[in-house]
Amino acid sequence: MVRQESDRPSAYRPEGEQRDVSVLPADVLPGGALAVEDAADGAAELGPRARMWPALGAVYRAQLSRARVARIPLLFVATFQSIGIMILMRGVVDGGGEAESVVAGSSVLVVAFVALNLLAQYFGQLRANGGLDHYATLPVPPAAVVLGAAGAYASFTVPGTVVTAVFGCVLFGLPLTHLWVLVAVIPLAGAALSGLGAALGLLAPRPELATLLGQLGMSAALLLGVLPADRMPEVVRLARDLLPSTYGVEAFARTFGADPVWAFVAGDLAVCAGVGVVSLAVATWAYRRAAVR
Amino acid sequence: MCAVRGLTKTYPAVRGRRGTPGTPAVRATDDVHLDIRRGEIFGLLGPNGAGKSTLVRQLTGLMRPDAGRVEILGHDIVRHPERAARILAYLGQESTALDELTVSLAAETTGRLRGLQARDARAERDAVLDELGLTAIAGRPLKKLSGGQRRLACFAAALIGERPLLVLDEPTSGMDPVARRAVWAAVDRRRAERGTTVLLVTHNVIEAETVLDRVAVLERGRVIACDTPAGLKEQVAGEVRVELVWRETAPLQVPEVAALRERAVESGRRWTLRLAPEEARAVVATVTGGSAFAALDDFTLATPSLEDVYLALGGAAQQGLVKA
Repeated sequence: MVRQESDRPSAYRPEGEQRDVSVLPADVLPGGALAVEDAADGAAELGPRARMWPALGAVYRAQLSRARVARIPLLFVATFQSIGIMILMRGVVDGGGEAESVVAGSSVLVVAFVALNLLAQYFGQLRANGGLDHYATLPVPPAAVVLGAAGAYASFTVPGTVVTAVFGCVLFGLPLTHLWVLVAVIPLAGAALSGLGAALGLLAPRPELATLLGQLGMSAALLLGVLPADRMPEVVRLARDLLPSTYGVEAFARTFGADPVWAFVAGDLAVCAGVGVVSLAVATWAYRRAAVR
Repeated sequence: MCAVRGLTKTYPAVRGRRGTPGTPAVRATDDVHLDIRRGEIFGLLGPNGAGKSTLVRQLTGLMRPDAGRVEILGHDIVRHPERAARILAYLGQESTALDELTVSLAAETTGRLRGLQARDARAERDAVLDELGLTAIAGRPLKKLSGGQRRLACFAAALIGERPLLVLDEPTSGMDPVARRAVWAAVDRRRAERGTTVLLVTHNVIEAETVLDRVAVLERGRVIACDTPAGLKEQVAGEVRVELVWRETAPLQVPEVAALRERAVESGRRWTLRLAPEEARAVVATVTGGSAFAALDDFTLATPSLEDVYLALGGAAQQGLVKA
């Protein structure tokens, strides 16, 4: 296709220098043109693929900065919500095992708020308004997108969870000795809940539904995690056992004792890890499904 | 470089629910055949709902067609949709994935996800932001920018990590003339230096006429014409368009004006006529003299545009193409 200067009004071209450039006929462009015929000879080389870890790192970094712009107020909300609940429960619970589960439940609630609720909303909206197209037209492994976002949301719960846990310990006079266990509780409960959140957000047919499911998940974590289990009816206790956040709460609550049974703590955390692996795998599958329709 | 054969996609009928009426099945692309050559700027032109975006989604591997073949640079995109991401860069209409990032991080992250090493991604980011004049706002989140600036930032992200094919869905919508110039200058440069091919979706007739090498006109999922803009316009070369705007109502008491009425497309006070040049001269003479002139607010006489071509080809949407 030979182009002449007169074919192209120069309205969009600021300088003569580029004019010289754009009168090039397509046929003499580097590599030869009219390639519909050429294509039969052999397929062109593909561009590079983004590898798993660098891509995950890039998504994680971008999501973290996103959260910095848009999510800080919500993090305060999450933290104040948990602190408020503990202050309320102070009047009901008078120390001992119940206080331990209130503090542990309130701390894990911060994780549920951000990782489950907010991530479900984010993916629900991204899916609904075509934002997934951006990632789907980049050569990036689906797992990198899901894990990067989930990891960023889980990381964002760290300050709120720590503040809540410390505040709770002081409020109820619990020992701060084993708070280091949060180093394991936050990432593992975070993996389980953010995987669940991502899967809900990506599977929900409408964004409102994703928001609703995220909210419900968080409410369940609140009711079933914070309120002491022994006062609940049997059905609720069963529901409590099915919720992954419960195991994070239990693992954390066990460590307040003078001499925690570490095997049980590890067992609870293993459940979180297991749920995390499964739910993140489901979320990755859901992403793949949502990206190409 | 890109061959499309018999591409067909039907959206299934949606059954109505309470309060929402159902929609019948829609053939969004209907047996589309296209050949895009290396190094050309190829346009898809058509009114809203003509199937432009659906066609593009199938070419970029975002949607599976019901039938047909898409081959880009020798790769079968229908069978291997994941390869599309390694051949082309896509600028969609939505920026939600990047909205809360800064301009600089949006570009860098996209480069990383296109497989660039960290150092290369940063270098390309700096080069592209500089090229498009975005350096001054590199640190601001996309969300805080005006629509045109945000679009330009997304375009920057699309340019990072060179691809031989750029698929741009209305890249300049909302942009001021300076930003538009930056976009087309960047496209031209890549085309001249590397033979980059561009597939452009637009419903902006003026832009289509000025930047496209060839254009396919879409109407209800079908390609109703495919040629150079000049070639298409030759099809209606015998006609000129006369637009008359009356002050209040048309002076139908003037017999010549009354006679014109049945040939005019009326839209409020505006009449649009497509006439042979000598007829047009006569009409202009009539309305600019005598009592008709008193009722005339404005008139224009124009050579055919791609919009006229679209209408002459039987395009159904009377106001579908945007002119400015």
